[in-house]
Amino acid sequence: MTDILSSIDPLAAKVTDGVVITLPPDYSGCANALWRAVIRRGVKDLHLVGVPVFGYHGDLLIGAGCVATVETSAVTMGEHGLAPRFTAAVKAGSIRVLDATCPAIHAGLQAAERGAPFSVMRGLIGSDILDRRADWRIIDNPFAEGDPIVAIPAITPDLAVFHAPKADRQGNVWIGVRRECMVMAHAARDTLVTVEEIVDDDLMADPSTKAGTIPGLYVSAVAEAKQGAWPQGLYTRYGNDNDHLARYAEMARTEEGFAAYLSEVVSGREAAE
Amino acid sequence: MSDARSEEILIATIAGMLAGLRHVAVGASSPVPGAAALLAKQRSGGAMRVSVLGSERHNFFTDGGKELFDCAGQGRIDAFFLSGAQIDGQANINLVSIGDPDRPKARFPGSFGSGYLYFVVPRVILFRLEHTPRTLVERVDFISSPGISDANVYRPGGPYALITDRCLFDFDKARARFTLRSVHPGHTTNEIAEQTGFAYDIPEVVPETPTPDAETLALIRGPVAEQIAEIYPAFAERVFGVGKAA
Repeated sequence: MTDILSSIDPLAAKVTDGVVITLPPDYSGCANALWRAVIRRGVKDLHLVGVPVFGYHGDLLIGAGCVATVETSAVTMGEHGLAPRFTAAVKAGSIRVLDATCPAIHAGLQAAERGAPFSVMRGLIGSDILDRRADWRIIDNPFAEGDPIVAIPAITPDLAVFHAPKADRQGNVWIGVRRECMVMAHAARDTLVTVEEIVDDDLMADPSTKAGTIPGLYVSAVAEAKQGAWPQGLYTRYGNDNDHLARYAEMARTEEGFAAYLSEVVSGREAAE
Repeated sequence: MSDARSEEILIATIAGMLAGLRHVAVGASSPVPGAAALLAKQRSGGAMRVSVLGSERHNFFTDGGKELFDCAGQGRIDAFFLSGAQIDGQANINLVSIGDPDRPKARFPGSFGSGYLYFVVPRVILFRLEHTPRTLVERVDFISSPGISDANVYRPGGPYALITDRCLFDFDKARARFTLRSVHPGHTTNEIAEQTGFAYDIPEVVPETPTPDAETLALIRGPVAEQIAEIYPAFAERVFGVGKAA
């Protein structure tokens, strides 16, 4: 059964040192209230997997010293520019980066969700992305002559973590068309979700909501977090707080500025969260 | 003299390369290509599908982040756009880093979908709106995706053209070489030679890139500006002076 938790702190306690975590892209619900709680706990050595990219939420975790490895197709703040703490950490050599390309991340997760050892995909041959990935292989297509193709091993994360508009009391989580969250939940050993609201309705009762719902089968724990994606937006609910994100992009350009940001927005918000 | 802004010339030029296509997709960090695709759609009389990453209105996918790539892999996407911190004369693109990738002098966001889409989308239009010897180089420091492939590698797609803030190049896949096709108003072939770090062919006559006519400008400044503001509010504000769509 899915644990329905009364606050985000017990959910944050499930994010332990060294785990492999999938993160959704910026537009698919980022669990920022939870990440602030995780940072306050001083978690270390996380391995973040962008599905297939990430932005502010991952940059915040990197800057706060929670991350050892980043596996992603990109890290970007979109119109707010380069992700400043990611960029600084790569230049300093303080995190390991496993560069990917978007469909390779999806291919790895799809292998995991079907319990297969790998997926194959076109592209990549002749790129330095492939050259630098000792864990990826070129194999011969067994069904054709002289047709090299790339094998991507299953990505089986310890945790998938995201924020969603709503869940019901059985742990079913509504994600609408943000189906990368469905793949993330299928592939991960445990899925932790924060939601704007836990509703009394059964999300499985009506096929029109059921079609966009992750079954509780895949969801380990849910907690309510109002405005839980802030300062990022949440589909169907609210937009990005662009003034805040611009301010973050500016402050996080220096270590001192980032430290000031953390003390104001992360440590400083403990009582509110 | 036309009052077209440089971005508007680029938008109209790219849109011209999309005419007649069935399905054009636009990826991340691509405001000018996004506006061009929306312009081409406006002119297509409903025949063209355009999907723009980050848009709610111009996104018909319902199967998550993988669907764009699966769709492209099947040959259902005719054109896409890629850029690079560096692009070289063989159309290799670098979206990752300058110098040693483990301790880079500069680090960029990453390769996004380029390591795949460059191989499978037939008409990939490269764009780089800073045309200097620093960006258009003889050899990229990191190949996010190669311009050409060995004959045994599955490669229905690849580079079609490269548009910059100074000019437009065509790419010949068989010769793995760019040719200067047109020079944007206010720029010269000599200046382009000075500002390009790779070798390319120069035909005897190089025309000026046409400026958009009044009707095209009205479309760009009207519906296209309003639609691109949904996805790129800062770009729309800067270039067209329009606020975010409600």
